[in-house]
Amino acid sequence: MEGFASLLFTLGTSTKTNDKLHALSTYFAHADEKDKVWVIALFSGRRPRRTVSGTQLAVWCCELVDLPIWLFQECYHTVGDLSETIALLIPEKNDSYTPSIGGGPGATHPLHYYVEQFQQLEKATESEKKAFILQSWLELSSRERFVFNKLLSGTFRVGVSQKLMVNALARTVQLEPSVIAHRISGNWDPATTAFEQLLSEQSTQTDHSKPYPFYLAYALEGPLQDLGEPADWQAEWKWDGIRGQIIKRNDQLFVWSRGEDLITDKFPEYTILQSKLENGTVIDGEILPYKDGQVLNFNVLQTRIGRKNITKKNLQEAPVGLFAYDLLELNGEDIRHWALAERRAALETLVNSLQLPWLQLSPIVTFSNWEELTTIREQSRNLNSEGLMLKRSASAYQVGRKRGDWWKWKIDPLTIDAVMVYAQKGTGRRSNLYTDYTFAVKDGDKLVPFTKAYSGLTDKEFAQVDSFVKKNSLEKFGPVRTVKPELVFEIAFEGIAASNRHKSGVALRFPRISRWRTDKLPNDINTLEDLKRMLELYGK
Amino acid sequence: MPLISFTDKGLYCEAGQFYIDPWQPVDKAVITHAHSDHARPGSQSYLCHRETLPLLKLRLGPYNYQIVEWNEKIYLNEVMVSLNPAGHIIGSSQVRIEHKGEVWVVSGDYKTEPDGISGDFEPIPCQTFISESTFGLPIYNWKPQHEIYHDIQNWVRSNEVAGKTSVLIGYSLGKAQRILHALEEVTGNIYVHGAIWNVHETLVQAGHKLPAVQRITPDTPKEAFKGSVVIAPPSADGSAWMRRFANHSTGICSGWMQVRGNQRRRNADAGFALSDHADWQGLLQAVKATGAQKVYITHGFQSVFSRYLNEIGIDASEVKTEFGTEDEETSSPDPLKGEEPIY
Repeated sequence: MEGFASLLFTLGTSTKTNDKLHALSTYFAHADEKDKVWVIALFSGRRPRRTVSGTQLAVWCCELVDLPIWLFQECYHTVGDLSETIALLIPEKNDSYTPSIGGGPGATHPLHYYVEQFQQLEKATESEKKAFILQSWLELSSRERFVFNKLLSGTFRVGVSQKLMVNALARTVQLEPSVIAHRISGNWDPATTAFEQLLSEQSTQTDHSKPYPFYLAYALEGPLQDLGEPADWQAEWKWDGIRGQIIKRNDQLFVWSRGEDLITDKFPEYTILQSKLENGTVIDGEILPYKDGQVLNFNVLQTRIGRKNITKKNLQEAPVGLFAYDLLELNGEDIRHWALAERRAALETLVNSLQLPWLQLSPIVTFSNWEELTTIREQSRNLNSEGLMLKRSASAYQVGRKRGDWWKWKIDPLTIDAVMVYAQKGTGRRSNLYTDYTFAVKDGDKLVPFTKAYSGLTDKEFAQVDSFVKKNSLEKFGPVRTVKPELVFEIAFEGIAASNRHKSGVALRFPRISRWRTDKLPNDINTLEDLKRMLELYGK
Repeated sequence: MPLISFTDKGLYCEAGQFYIDPWQPVDKAVITHAHSDHARPGSQSYLCHRETLPLLKLRLGPYNYQIVEWNEKIYLNEVMVSLNPAGHIIGSSQVRIEHKGEVWVVSGDYKTEPDGISGDFEPIPCQTFISESTFGLPIYNWKPQHEIYHDIQNWVRSNEVAGKTSVLIGYSLGKAQRILHALEEVTGNIYVHGAIWNVHETLVQAGHKLPAVQRITPDTPKEAFKGSVVIAPPSADGSAWMRRFANHSTGICSGWMQVRGNQRRRNADAGFALSDHADWQGLLQAVKATGAQKVYITHGFQSVFSRYLNEIGIDASEVKTEFGTEDEETSSPDPLKGEEPIY
């Protein structure tokens, strides 16, 4: 475990991509084979399932170190992270000090041992869980304990992109990064997959469910004119749903989300494709809430995400469609290297032949010059679209986020001026700083809270707001402070929908602070009326 | 009238007619140590430990000073006063006050682990103990000093191998001298910021043995820093002053580095939880060792620490002071910013 903990520590403290790449490739060159498989899994979002709750961990930790739970909570609010709080509260082993490198005496079990134990815990009784966890806490060092807790509580995140991990791996195994990205995608169990096997050519041949890595676009960086001839480009609406891949191979149908979750069961509407599609077909598209030829607000789809079982009622209330973007595999052949125009032609033939009302081609937006396209883009919000996508007609379907051939050109967000009314301390890098705020709009002489926002200020601005909160707290509810309503911020968001779970009656999509309006007084903020008008305009 | 009362000028002993670390000018000030939140200018006369004197002169300028040795008993209007080592920085003392059989002790800032330069903290039996609580949460448990020194030494060596200058950030009075001791074993090539140089010179002239250092001036050639170690105060970190170092790595030495969030927020390459204050266990041991029936908790996590003491059967109350700058809300201030002038 020390090697892995040390890797994470290095990744967490180095600020340069090259240093991270070096740390990872050094790790891959030396680590235990089974540990490497788990690192690939963990760094590509395959986290072990959470088998114990945060509260259980807190209570067990308090028992172990004989502290009252209120004191644990005080510590937690200062540290801002449960795993780290526990790691710090448990005293270090009494062993004489051993330098942190290598596996001398007192070395702990390897990473895969702990993660595989976690899988066993799913079936274990509470007392078995507790015994294993307490024992592990005591045998691990503080740094290892932190990582152990992160993995155990399902909160393991790493500030390293999958792409970087793949590049590091490519340095040690003599394979192209794009090939690795494909081989490690999809459905494999790190507990039973050997490193060699995972990266072998076979892995793409024997796993019929395996999706292709998604090609993702960067936001447009310069003026449109820089893209050259409009005729070389294909424009489409940018849809706001769930990007997905539909795979039919070996008489089976698989639906993958962009986060590489297998979500076939969530969309029974698609089952018919199992008989309609030929084996060896892979479609890239957007899963959208869709009814009677209309794309609906994303919020409709949200009622279906995260549900274990989809009921008939869900299907009626949140009907979905699929907007097909691209064709990646045809008759069992990987056609990603074809030009977009050729793939599109094949996709059109396929979709048209199926004649399913909910399966649509993502419409191509025709335009003859850039000015025209700029005007067209202004209709985006009325279509429940986020803007436009620009794809070079000659482009291949690449791996991951790449510049050059595909660009997204989103519309400006909606904005509203609001006053801060509550503040709470952040976590991680923002622990012990008030950085999580709730904002309100005016309703007559009352203030109505309507959204939270956590991002958008600079470190310096956060420090200033933090100091304001400390001086202007009115009341304390647990970790939350009510604050004198004085600071005005402009809140930007991507969409708005009616909600009966919020007092204000609205729910925002992707709210964030766009700027601090030091030029405005609380009296100048927007009203609940204004929000309702936006809901009327854009909330359908 | 209690022996010490908490007034708006500071801790006041009426029977002895003196203040301890007052935050406003008074007639007679007894000073625990030379940090600026404990030793402020403007009073008529000051009483401090012999080793604190040159530091007070450096920081406050010429005043009417009286010095004592540790454990030397003197009387201020019928009240017996003595200073005892607090282990915080060079010269730092606890103040013991005895009057008509009653004994109070004011801890000032203290550290229970001996560091080899500040004098070893002595627990003093008393009826009433006034304790700081800067790190009064159980998440603050320091590694032994030699282990932290070892970590610093390894870090310096690996920077050297990578051809980088090691820049260590630590408070000029207290932390900087300990960092120097940690470095003594690995390098003789040490540069310091002007603020640290001033304290260093003062201490050397007062007879303290410290490793030799070179002062950084605008004329110091940039090439000189290659493969060297630099010690700079927190105020220099992130300032234009740092631009003189080409390929360097920054390590912050502070108890707050115990928590990852602080380290990440400061964007440091490394953080070493090297503190001049007692950790949680240190505070608990110190309080228990006094055998005090009543404990007052000042600057730091005073509400948490006093609540915990009450739960384990020690009568404790929190007291607001102007030591540190924090209250319950700002339990961990950014101790690494400000306070220190840039020379």
